[in-house]
Amino acid sequence: MNVNYTAEELAFRDEVRAFLKSELPADIAAKVKLGKHMSKEDHQRWQQILVKRGWYAPGWPVELGGTTWGPVEKHIFDEECSAFGAPRTVPFGVNMVAPVIIKFGTQQQIDHYLPRILSGEDWWCQGYSEPGAGSDLASLKTRAVRDGDHYVVNGQKTWTTLGQHANMIFCLVRTDPEAQQQRGISFLLIDMKSPGISVRPIITLDGDHEVNEVFFDNVRVPVGNLVGEENQGWTCAKYLLTHERTGLAGIGSSKAVLAHLKRIAMKEVCDGKPMLEDPLFRAQVAEVEMQLMAIEMSTLRILAAAKEGGVPGAESSILKVKGTEIRQAITHLLRKVIGPYALPFLEEEMQLDYDGELLHADYSASLAGDYFNMRKLSIFGGSNEIQKNIVSKMILEL
Amino acid sequence: MDFKLTEEQQMLQDTAARLVRDAYPFEQREKFSESELGFSAEFWSQLGELGLTAVPFSEDVGGFGGGGVETMLVMTELGRGLTLEPYLQSVIFAGGLLNQLGSDAQKDDLLPQVAAGSLQLAVAFDEPQSHYNLHDVQTKAEAVDGGYRLSGRKAVVIGGHSAGKIIVSARTSGDSRDETGISLFLVDPNAPGVSRRVYPTIDGRKGCELFLDNVQVGADSLLGDVGNALSAMRYQQGRAIAAQCADALGSMDEACKLTLDYLKTRKQFGVPIGKFQVLQHRMVDMQTELEQATSMAILAATFADGEDNDERSRIIAAAKYICARAARKVAEEAIQLHGGIGMTWEYNLAHHAKRLVMIAHQFGDDDHHLKAYAKLMQVA
Ligand SMILES: Cc1cc2nc3c(=O)[nH]c(=O)nc-3n(C[C@H](O)[C@H](O)[C@H](O)COP(=O)(O)OP(=O)(O)OC[C@H]3O[C@@H](n4cnc5c(N)ncnc54)[C@H](O)[C@@H]3O)c2cc1C
Ligand SMILES: Cc1cc2nc3c(=O)[nH]c(=O)nc-3n(C[C@H](O)[C@H](O)[C@H](O)COP(=O)(O)OP(=O)(O)OC[C@H]3O[C@@H](n4cnc5c(N)ncnc54)[C@H](O)[C@@H]3O)c2cc1C
Repeated sequence: MNVNYTAEELAFRDEVRAFLKSELPADIAAKVKLGKHMSKEDHQRWQQILVKRGWYAPGWPVELGGTTWGPVEKHIFDEECSAFGAPRTVPFGVNMVAPVIIKFGTQQQIDHYLPRILSGEDWWCQGYSEPGAGSDLASLKTRAVRDGDHYVVNGQKTWTTLGQHANMIFCLVRTDPEAQQQRGISFLLIDMKSPGISVRPIITLDGDHEVNEVFFDNVRVPVGNLVGEENQGWTCAKYLLTHERTGLAGIGSSKAVLAHLKRIAMKEVCDGKPMLEDPLFRAQVAEVEMQLMAIEMSTLRILAAAKEGGVPGAESSILKVKGTEIRQAITHLLRKVIGPYALPFLEEEMQLDYDGELLHADYSASLAGDYFNMRKLSIFGGSNEIQKNIVSKMILEL
Repeated sequence: MDFKLTEEQQMLQDTAARLVRDAYPFEQREKFSESELGFSAEFWSQLGELGLTAVPFSEDVGGFGGGGVETMLVMTELGRGLTLEPYLQSVIFAGGLLNQLGSDAQKDDLLPQVAAGSLQLAVAFDEPQSHYNLHDVQTKAEAVDGGYRLSGRKAVVIGGHSAGKIIVSARTSGDSRDETGISLFLVDPNAPGVSRRVYPTIDGRKGCELFLDNVQVGADSLLGDVGNALSAMRYQQGRAIAAQCADALGSMDEACKLTLDYLKTRKQFGVPIGKFQVLQHRMVDMQTELEQATSMAILAATFADGEDNDERSRIIAAAKYICARAARKVAEEAIQLHGGIGMTWEYNLAHHAKRLVMIAHQFGDDDHHLKAYAKLMQVA
């Protein structure tokens, strides 16, 4: 047993660090570190730098623009990117729809969509959830009826993250209402500019516009936009969900945020001393750091096992639950460390280009909002309760 | 022991409950919150007309002569409706300071106005470095001819944007964390040298930073003795904490009700999600937290106006600790059990959650009070 990185892995890490040091734009890193919201342009600028280096789509086959990285390299890359303050990749195109197209799509679909994902021409969003179909995804009702060379789509999706920026949406739609729930579902790619689509913002409790409702009113979608076979969409959906879950533990970003917490806790004072020297507060920071140490090891362990035999199975649910709990605990401490300054709700100071006087510090305005926003981590991507159901069924066979 | 309310107390609670129910539907609250004042002037005057702003004051200044239990009843209802008016800051906290420390002239002049709701006060004790420690005061008050000159900065003054007068702690002697040498002053926010940066708070209220730049105040603005204010500040903050616990209680109760209702109506997998045992137990845990918090809020209320001693200080610290913890737990669980809908601005549950989490960020968080309690804990 050897829990250290190999010489090759260390060399790879140095290569990633050197790349980030020279290529990550300082203005973007600064925004990420202060928890400011990224604009679409910021994401795209960074995306193009990664694409140029061949590192935007690590999970894809090399011939399509991917890498040969194994899980350990991916983990190293993720961790370093977070540590340097690179924006998190918006996953819907590159990490969600692309693997499904690669696995279940036609050659034509692969040739059409993948280059457009790399170039940034297409910005994807995920149309799974509906008002009545959250955890119980298979109960979805959005209907697609075949009409010649088209499907006619009617219904509603909700919680569509960054749908306001997207020009494409991948949807689960019901093509056979008679079949048993999971059987009558198809996986459809839909152009957001099609007549009959409307997008309405949902404002979350932190005042942010991140999610949307998407309505479909007799939207005509070419049958060529079906991925896989009709009524076999659930297979695509499940395949995608396992891919989605592997990234949800967010170790790299938790480590970066923990480092941020420590920096802030050295600046904020209580009784004339830095907060980090307050024994009670320090112990709480230490506690999450130990938790994080353990989950990093668990992640590497589970990934190493998967290296032998494909994607991690239900174990990734354990990582998701614990990883999100840790991240939420860190955001709780970040809110706490600034004391009464968690109260002011300074929308102007959260703007990307704010250069006015700061009420307290450049890091403080976003912390309370972030804490509330991060409640989503235990809800989306399969809620933590659903993840535990998976573990108890699949691993414990209860 | 007797936990029953008197007939009068029951009437008081009913009055407050009815008023909040009628005047504070959630959509209205949104409008009040977004207005320039940040709360409802009309509701504030109704609180005055119905005598609710008079509750904690003695009869000779037009008050109702109520104690901790009476204010608890009012605050619980105000919390249930997520009301935005600075009742706690003005009536309970500032009013209490005036009542305890004010000269006869100050009391005769101001208390009737505060009790009637025609004058709104605010309290400015926190500073950027103080992190809930009332004795950590760097704002300076220099004795000058005819009064004092104040300079410094006060942090996150809730209700300070609309207050007619603000009670400011400032150092007349000593070093920044000395327990003596702190004095209180009644500052007119429109006086030369005073400036404010007004902002909304994440829980929908309004507050300000208060900047004092060589602000000249008269000798009659001094509240209480020179350099001796700390114990009264702590005592009155204790009353404010008891009221805050009651505020949290109303909001927690509402958050639990909304969640329970949702568990019974939201269906997934063909059944109401309340059929899942794991969610049932989570709801039971929330209810248990609410029970614990209720008990501590009652305990704090009965000690709030009592003798200033270690026992009272322990109870206040314990109440804030238990209530702040319970409030956060209820907030987080309520959101989680609702799923995505619990995170939306347009649903009042999310606003209860924000208020409940923010309870900790005023008058000391759970860590602050845990340390305070540990220090005062009896070892045998
Ligand atoms: C910020 C945010 C972004 C999102 N982005 C997207 C997106 O881009 N695309 C998309 O399609 N969806 C997205 N979602 C939707 C997300 O996937 C759903 O919110 C999630 O599946 C939960 O569904 P729900 O909100 O309807 O909650 P419900 O399913 O109604 O759940 C309510 C509660 O019941 C619990 N519960 C449900 N079933 C069970 C059970 N069997 N056993 C125990 N407990 C149970 C849940 O865990 C939860 O606590 C997003 C959600 C959020 C909050
Ligand atoms: C020290 C001691 C003293 C006792 N004294 C007495 C006595 O004086 N007289 C007497 O009659 N009995 C007595 N008991 C027995 C006691 O009442 C039982 O142990 C108890 O009822 C649990 O039953 P069990 O041990 O068979 O566990 P089980 O009922 O088999 O339970 C095992 C586990 O499953 C959980 N569980 C069971 N059903 C559910 C459910 N529906 N939902 C969720 N979880 C569930 C339980 O909470 C427990 O964690 C005593 C037990 C102990 C340990």
